[in-house]
Formats: sequence, structure tokens, C-alpha cells
Amino acid sequence: MSSISTISLPTRFSGSNLLETSLLPNQNSLRFRVASFPATSRSNVAVHVRDNGTSFSSAGGVRRTRISAVAKETGTSVSTDSSFAHVQQAPEDPILGITVAYNKDPNPAKVNLGVGAYRTEEGKPLVLNVVRKAEQKLLADKSRNKEYLGITGIPDFNKLSAQLILGSDCLAIAEKRVVTVQCLSGTGSLRVGAEFLATHYGGEKIIYVPSPTWGNHLKIFPLGGIQTRTYRYFDPKTKGLDYEGMIEDLRAAPSGAVVLLHACAHNPTGVDPTQEQWEGIRRVIREEKHLLPFFDSAYQGFASGSLDTDAWAVRQFVNDGGEVFLAQSYAKNMGLYGERVGALSAIVKGADVATRVESQLKLVIRPMYSSPPTHGAAIVSLILADKDLYEEWKVELKGMADRIISMRHQLFDALKERKTPGNWDHILNQIGMFTFTGLNKQQVEYMTKEYHIYMTLDGRISMAGLSSRTVPQLADAIHSAVVNFSS
Amino acid sequence: MQDSMASLSVSPAAAGGSCFAHVQQAPEDPILGITVAFNKDPSPVKVNLGVGAYRTEDGKPLLLNVVRQAELHLVSDESRNKEYLGITGIVHFNKLSAQLILGSDSPAIAENRVVTAQCLSGTGSLRVGGEFLGRHYSGQKIIYVPSPTWGNHLKIFPLAGLEARTYRYYDPRTKGLDYEGMLEDLRAAPNGSILLLHACAHNPTGVDPSQEQWEGIRRVVREEKQFLPFFDCAYQGFASGSLDNDAWAVRRFVGDGGEVFVAQSYAKNMGLYAERVGALSIIVKEPAVATRVESQLKLVIRPMYSTPPTHGASIVTLILSSKKWFEEWKEELKAMADRIRSMRHELFNALKERQTPGNWEHILNQIGMFTFTGLSKEQVEYMRREDHIYMTLDGRISMAGLNSRTVPQVADAIHRAVVKFS
Repeated sequence: MSSISTISLPTRFSGSNLLETSLLPNQNSLRFRVASFPATSRSNVAVHVRDNGTSFSSAGGVRRTRISAVAKETGTSVSTDSSFAHVQQAPEDPILGITVAYNKDPNPAKVNLGVGAYRTEEGKPLVLNVVRKAEQKLLADKSRNKEYLGITGIPDFNKLSAQLILGSDCLAIAEKRVVTVQCLSGTGSLRVGAEFLATHYGGEKIIYVPSPTWGNHLKIFPLGGIQTRTYRYFDPKTKGLDYEGMIEDLRAAPSGAVVLLHACAHNPTGVDPTQEQWEGIRRVIREEKHLLPFFDSAYQGFASGSLDTDAWAVRQFVNDGGEVFLAQSYAKNMGLYGERVGALSAIVKGADVATRVESQLKLVIRPMYSSPPTHGAAIVSLILADKDLYEEWKVELKGMADRIISMRHQLFDALKERKTPGNWDHILNQIGMFTFTGLNKQQVEYMTKEYHIYMTLDGRISMAGLSSRTVPQLADAIHSAVVNFSS
Repeated sequence: MQDSMASLSVSPAAAGGSCFAHVQQAPEDPILGITVAFNKDPSPVKVNLGVGAYRTEDGKPLLLNVVRQAELHLVSDESRNKEYLGITGIVHFNKLSAQLILGSDSPAIAENRVVTAQCLSGTGSLRVGGEFLGRHYSGQKIIYVPSPTWGNHLKIFPLAGLEARTYRYYDPRTKGLDYEGMLEDLRAAPNGSILLLHACAHNPTGVDPSQEQWEGIRRVVREEKQFLPFFDCAYQGFASGSLDNDAWAVRRFVGDGGEVFVAQSYAKNMGLYAERVGALSIIVKEPAVATRVESQLKLVIRPMYSTPPTHGASIVTLILSSKKWFEEWKEELKAMADRIRSMRHELFNALKERQTPGNWEHILNQIGMFTFTGLSKEQVEYMRREDHIYMTLDGRISMAGLNSRTVPQVADAIHRAVVKFS
């Protein structure tokens, strides 16, 4: 080695700091002297020195004396450029990012109305009693092990999930026209369904989603291979359903396209069609357009407090004999958020078709994550299969739904008390975990800044995150925002 | 107008039929399908040497003591809840996982050049890594995998957006590594491609490069071809019984300062198969790049399954962060590795005793859970039919599925198959 061509040291050893370099007699170590070695450096400092292609790295060991350090040659890497230098910083997820921001906020009065996770009256997360019991039972069962599940998960779980949403007397189940596969909560079920449809759907590979919809829908389907388009849904004037607009848009869609429907408790608006409107929608889908309905069911039992009532729309579509795709989540109604428990069901015309569809679903799942996680689904299976646990669950579920409904009343009353400008009836009319307040981005940002209320920028608040203690704070914040920034 | 044009092509639903009538029956997964067939077999003497899941000497699945204890602790802790994890999972889990594979003294970790995301075991880590590369890799979006490799690799990467090609690896004549062929194929590949490497205990062959060969491979990767190495690490601790030994190759590549992808699985070494616990680590050249890479990883994961499952990773976190449990785990892990190694010796000896034709040294030389027997498809199918011995059609057997009782039975079956179909 004749001379050092380039030395790239961390900036704290910048060029002017470098006094001299020399190759040690053994030819394997490079000594360099710096004017000052920062006291805060650890001995494992990274030193990459290049000389005509030979690199010396501190990974081989840096021995530091007061003014000189020795880096041993560990090998050669020709380029110091990262293959990912061009990668841009991605923005934080609009929903999950709210919790990230909330966690960073040091203010003790902060309220998180962002992600749809249930909170108790004390503002705490809730692990259902029935879930704790089932979990204990699971662990006490000595015959259990952690062997791989099959690709489609726990068979009992799949059967019970189908029965839960479709009804145990469902004809389609009796006729073996339903294939159910355990997936990772709602997201996983939607993604697996999307990838399957992208490969195998015989109709138009376009999915129509309501405007607005859960943001992640617009990411999941394109990545799964299905183009997304929207249909009118929320009417900002009435803060209710734009039924005529919806029907018009569905009629304008190509026949045989796919249509995403929220089974109940539409996210983010909380606006659901009436039974009469559902029937109108169903007729357009089945008789006029032959669209394939893909239901996203994340709130069964949460919307009205009744599992059967909340399954009504799905059952109408299944019981008319047509084909349906269905994503189910147990995140909210069983409080199993972090365990990622869900199911994808495909209801098709023919038991033989169902068998073949199941075999192809496996080919989607296997290269994605091989087989689903056992713990959460095992808990669900225990609860759904045990008469006592099932009844207990229904009671706890109703308890959660009732508390949310009471929060709606409390917030409505609080705004009335304050004579806050505007019509706030929608707080009572909307259903499920969320209220689409109608607040605009400016008002939302103001509320976060001044009142430490965290919510998504579309004005959606999670009623599940409210309590009697925080309702007044929220009402004050809304009042102030509305008065200061009229819409 | 548009509506009536669109309805000229009558959709299947319009005609009253299923929109999925044309869907074909897919073949059973080659590996998992073996267990399906095994379960259907009524024979009381059947032996499952198919899927790589550990079995005890009694032929039973094993729940590690340390896992049982950690799980009990987890479930009894009333302060815990089931809230959503962040998109990249449990922070502590990620840190501990990186330390486990890279070494707690790894400069890359100290320099904040490592981003780790909790994923669904090995498969999930490979898929998320593959999709990230499919979107963001500035080099050739081609991944070279060894021939043969775990079958699922060839499905995962194309779906992730990478073209899969192979490099020579296994030499059927020596039943060892075709080192020259491998280097030749690597040299012939386009610069900047992605290279899949099995960290240790190559699946399905059990053939690993020597340290010297690893160095030769590394020099080609780094100096000649500027490949991006993507390690699949599913057997750390299982191959040799030592966590550090089995991490040697990965650490060499990270230690030279270059960029590396690593998919880690806890399915085998912690026996957490069905809990789907794993991690994807990306080691890059700058901490600022690592931050941006992490933010983009979230965009891959969120539309796939939003956030990973908490249970299994919580168990791993408890074990890795407890000095007592970590030591206990290492012992249980070594015991599993030792039992597998003793099965190698027993099978080898049994074939020697029977004077079964052929050279069976590879049973001793190959490493990890599997032995690539060299048996042909014909011989494998014969053993299944006649002796109810189940293995994958490529002749791969899971040593973990053997025990002192079944070794003689399997040796007899191999002997008969070899003699019948030479």
C-alpha cells in the first residue's frame, strides 16, 4: 500500500482532526492519529478506511490509545453507498400514527380517540373476563402443543366463525358451499381474499369501496392485485347515507365487479343503511349488476349489542343464494386486537367449487406466512364452543356496546348544554365505535394542539375511547373548535 | 351507454353460475401435504419424517419447559393486555432478536444501522423482506436461491415481486457442496442481484459451507458482484447446539460493513411453530437509511396484516431478557440438537449393520434437522406404500422425527428400497 486514497471516518473524526495514517508492519492493520478522540466514543467506533479497494473496518476490532487507534483489516467492500440511500421517509400511518403521536405527548390530560380500541369507563384497555378464563383453560390443557396449524388454521374455529356470522341454521353451510379460512384479523382476511380474487375471480377485477372508507382498504386491494374505485356513501349535508348517490354509482359500475360493503357500523362514518335500503342495494347487486359482494365485518355485536342483528345484512346476501366474500375480525368484539384473529369466508355456488376454492386459498396463504397463529383463535374456539362462555361473552359484548351508546348520549347532551353551534343529531344516529363528527382538518388540529384530543384528521372519533370523565373535555374542545373555526 | 356495453360480456353470475366455477383444484403443499397423508394412514407403525418439527425420543411434540414457564407468567400477569402492537411489533423483542443473531456486541447494532421488524416466523419475514426489495431495491430485482432449496422460497419471492433464479449448491455425487459450481453461477449472475443464503443447516440438504468456503463466497458477494445477501435463519442453535456457532456466517457478512437482510424464525429453536414468531432484520450502511427503511417496511406490513400477533413474541421476549430462562433455553436447545445428532449416528450405524449398499457418510456429515438421503422418488414412494414411512419426494427426512424405536424400522425400509430399486 503506497498511500491512503480516501479515509471516511465518522464526522466526529473529520478531516481536520486527522493527523496521520500509517500501515503497520504486519500489513493487516492501519494506524491513524487524530488530534482528539471524543470522550463519548465507545471502543467499538466504526472506522471505514478505503485504500484502492482494500477496506479496514473497526468491526475487526479497534484498540484505542489516547491519541491513536488501530483498525484491523476485515475484508473488502468496494462501495460505501447504501443500496437503499434513495428510500424516502414514509409518512406515519394516518390511524396508527395517531397513537404514536399520543404516546409522545407528555400532557396528563391527553385523550386518545384515534384507533378503534375499546376503553373502560376508567379509560383502560379491557381484557374480557371470558377471554381470561378461556386463556387459563387453554394453558391448563396438558394435551395442547404448539405444532403448526394447517394452512387454513383451526378447523373448529373456522366452522364456529362461519356459524357466528351466517347463523348456525344457514343453508349455505348445510350445503357445504362455505369455505372459511383462519386469517390475521380483518386486514389479513381482506388481503388473502384480495389476492385470491386477483388470480381467480371470473368477473371484473375492480373493487368498489364506499367513500369514505377505512383508509387501509385503499392499500390492501391494489397490493392484492385488485383495482379500487369508490362509490358515493356519506352525505356530508345530512351526515347520513347518500342512498341515491350510492345506487347511481353501483349502477354505473361494470357488471361483475366486486363491491366492498361494511357489514355494520361503517368505519369511519358510523352510517349504516336501513333494512329497506339494504334490500334496495341487494337487488341492484344481484339482479341488475351481478356484482360480487365482499363484506368487511369488524363489529359484529358491537353496533347494536346483538350478534344476530349486526349480521342481518350479511345473511340477507348469503340467503338469496348468491356468492359472497366475507372478512371477519375478532379484534373488537372479543378484545383480541393484538392476537390477530379473523376469518375469511367464501360462499360459492357449489360444494365442489368450495373445495377447489379452499385448495387455491392455501396457495395464497402459504407464501405469505405459511399458517396462522394459534393462540387467539384457540381462545375464540373455546368461547364459541362452550355454552356458558358464549353466554358470558354476549353479556360482556353488550356491556361494551351499551357503554358506547351511553357515551353518544353524554356527548350529545354535553354539546346541547354548551349550545354548540350546529346539528349534532348524528352523534346519536351513527352506529358503532366511531362518530364522524363533521369536524374539519383545521378544527381537528386545533383540538389536538389546544386540548390534547387525538383523533384522525377526517374528524372521526372513537366513542370507545371516551368516558364520563373525558366527555366534558371533548365537548369543550369541540365547542371551542367550532366557534373559532366555522366549517 | 357504458353499462350496456359492459353487459355484452355476460358475467358468470349473470348466467346463474359460480364466478369461481373455473377454479382448479390445487395440489396439496408438498411438505405439509405429507402430514395430511400421514394422518390419513391407519397403520399403527407409520412414521412421519416429513415436516421439520421436533419430536422427543417418545415421538411426541415438545413444549419447552422454559416456554411453558414464560407462557404461564405471561397469562397470569393481570397488568398485561391485548392491545394492538405497533406495525413492527414488540420493540424489545426486535432488539433482543437482533442481538441474538448478530451478537450483543455487534457494531452494526451500536451504530443504529439495524432495523428489525417482528414478522410471522420465517415465511412472513421473507415475504415482507421480499416485498420491500421488490419496491425499493436499487439493484437487480432478481434473487438467487440455492438448488435445491426450501420449496416455499420459490413461491414467496415471485409473489413479492422478485424474479427467482437458482445457483448450483448440492452435489448429488458427493452429497456435499458443489462449491465450484456455486461460485461459477454467482459470478455469472448480474452484479447487484440478491442472494439467498441459508444461515446454517441448509434445508433440505443439511449441507453447509465450511468457514473457508463461506469466506470465498463472501468475497465474491462483496468484492466481485456487490450482491445483497439475504439470510434465511431458521435453525440458530439447532445445527451445532451453539447459538454463536450457528450465527457465524451471518456475523461475518454483517461484520464486513456491507448490507444484509436476515429472516429469523423461532419456530424450531424455541418450539413456537404455531405461534408464528420471527423477525426481519435489515442491516444498512447508514443510520439515517435505517430510519427511512423502517418507515417503508411499515407500508408493506400494514396492508398485509396490520400488526403482528403478540403472544409468541411476548414469550420470546421474556425468555431472552431473563438471564435464568435464557440459560435454561440454551440447555434445552442443545439437548434437542444433541438428540438429532445421536439419531444421525444411530441411523448410520443401523445401515452399516445391514450392509446396505451405498455410501451413507452424508448422514453424519449433513447438519441440522434434515438429511438428504439421496433416495429416489421411486424409492420414497415404495417406502411409503410398503413401510408407511413418510418423507418428502426429494428424499429429505427429518431426523427430529426419528427415535431409537423407529430407527431400525426406517433402516430396514431404506435397505429394502435401495436393494429393490438400485
